[in-house]
Amino acid sequence: MMAGPPRSAADGARPWTFYALATLFTLFIMFLYGPMLVVYVLSFQGPDGGVTFPMVGTSTIWFENIVKPGQMANIPVSFERSIALAAVVSVLTVVFSVSAGLGFRRNFPGSGVLFYLAVASLVMPSLLVGFGIGLGFRFLGWDTGLFTSALGAQLTWTLPFGLFAMFAVVNRFNRAWEEAATDLGASAWQRLRYVTLPILLPGIIGVAMGAFTLSYDEYARTTLTIGPKNTLPLEIYALISSATSPTLFAIGTVTTAGSFLVIGISLFVIFRLQRRRARLMPKEG
Amino acid sequence: MERPYDVELVKVTKRYGATAAVDGISLRIPKASYCCLLGPSGCGKTSTLRMIAGHEAISDGDILIHDVNISNLPSVKRGTAMMFQSYALFPHLDCLENVAFSLKVRGVPKKERRAKAQEYLDLVHMSDYGKRFPAQLSGGQQQRIALARSLITRPRVLLLDEPLSALDPFLRIRMREELKRLQRELGISFIHVTHSQEEAMALADLMVVMEDGHIRQAGSPRAVFEEPASAFIARFIGGHNVLPWEGGTIAVRADRCSLGETGERPHLTGHVAAVEYQGPFVRVAVTTDAGVEAVAVLPDRDFYRSPVGPGDVATLSWPQDEARTLAH
Repeated sequence: MMAGPPRSAADGARPWTFYALATLFTLFIMFLYGPMLVVYVLSFQGPDGGVTFPMVGTSTIWFENIVKPGQMANIPVSFERSIALAAVVSVLTVVFSVSAGLGFRRNFPGSGVLFYLAVASLVMPSLLVGFGIGLGFRFLGWDTGLFTSALGAQLTWTLPFGLFAMFAVVNRFNRAWEEAATDLGASAWQRLRYVTLPILLPGIIGVAMGAFTLSYDEYARTTLTIGPKNTLPLEIYALISSATSPTLFAIGTVTTAGSFLVIGISLFVIFRLQRRRARLMPKEG
Repeated sequence: MERPYDVELVKVTKRYGATAAVDGISLRIPKASYCCLLGPSGCGKTSTLRMIAGHEAISDGDILIHDVNISNLPSVKRGTAMMFQSYALFPHLDCLENVAFSLKVRGVPKKERRAKAQEYLDLVHMSDYGKRFPAQLSGGQQQRIALARSLITRPRVLLLDEPLSALDPFLRIRMREELKRLQRELGISFIHVTHSQEEAMALADLMVVMEDGHIRQAGSPRAVFEEPASAFIARFIGGHNVLPWEGGTIAVRADRCSLGETGERPHLTGHVAAVEYQGPFVRVAVTTDAGVEAVAVLPDRDFYRSPVGPGDVATLSWPQDEARTLAH
């Protein structure tokens, strides 16, 4: 094991600011994760319990309820819709933001305007964007739907995000890699395929995951553009306002577990990619 | 007929907007020579190299390699290979795959290209490093891999952009020898961009000193050092005093100057500004009465025969025939 940094004599006595900031941070963490923790605990509520404490025994009945026909019938369907939509959003976001990120490296005419238009779409109130798209579809006499208006509405949110993420990724990309590839005889396509994309891959996975997550829990833009069929967040919201049971908490627990699983897998992949490039081995001179 | 030149530049110009980074330079690089483009930053040496490589478009003029005008050919058809300043090794490929890259894009089968790449790893003494990734190598090792990756394309001319600047001084001298050895063994021309006159002197058959987009002087390092064409050259390559003399300017080698007894020799009087002991010799900086800074590099034996210290009155003199009159 590596030895820690040398400890000075003064290490024993921390300044009061340390305790003040530590307290603040602890409160912040509690505020952030406390409510979620309550949800997770209450999702294991006993069969006779309600949506608040105290717990009346424990059970997994609420989890079983999710897939039982009945009140929750729409949950699995809307879950599938959400996943499908998020997947499409994620792919489109990657395609467009990677291309744009590479394109923005040079100052083409209008690049400034285009950049600010993308920023504007992040600043725009999301409800208004959804409203506008919904109205536009109605005005044109088109039906709103999952893979038309809702997809577009979500892209207004994920594309600028993806673009900014790609800026950060592309910033660390050394132009000389591409020149070296050209120098060694690679065509434009080979350069992209064998050099640019593989080097950017960890960043691209990050953008894909980010876009997926943003889409998966998007509410405000989607609600006005989705048409008659709900995504999971909309379905849950509808359930909260109509009926309440710990089943909602169970759904929350399951989706969180799912998210953590996905995040874990992608971090693992990124970690593996980077480890492959910089495996720690003793250097020989 | 025997081809006399590997590379010829004919009035090559690079303009960025209204400013010319390289302004109509012409140069002939004889067969199998080690050519160093030397100059301060912004002198146009890197632009020149990049134009030869095809990574920068030529605004005007022509470049010939092996008697073929390659001005409008893509990089890969020019017979050049470039070694980048930061080496630009592909971080996601191991060393063997890095070296084999040019064969891969040409569609050479995997087994064949790996065998070929291994040969070139052997050439640069990196045989056992094929499975390593660039991030696991030291600077010197990365450079060897970059060299192998360039050489496997069998270039007619190897272009090197400040190849030694990322290395520590000890390694720099070792790699310098290695570059020269490779150039001799391969019998091709190397064009090496550097801002270090020491590096250029050590390596070059042809030393090309550039300033402001122009070639100020080209020749063997010895010719340039012994007959600097201008005050700029004399100052840039070092080891010279540039002194006002009889209404003009002269350059005198610092190691030909002496202090004290002048006899009939030309001289300037002044004060000792600094004394630096350097082992085999002592470097004495003198400020003349007219305020010109000069240096006398004295063999240690001569210095200690009549040592001087900062503030002492000193007379700097030189043999008449050592003075080179400079064009201004």
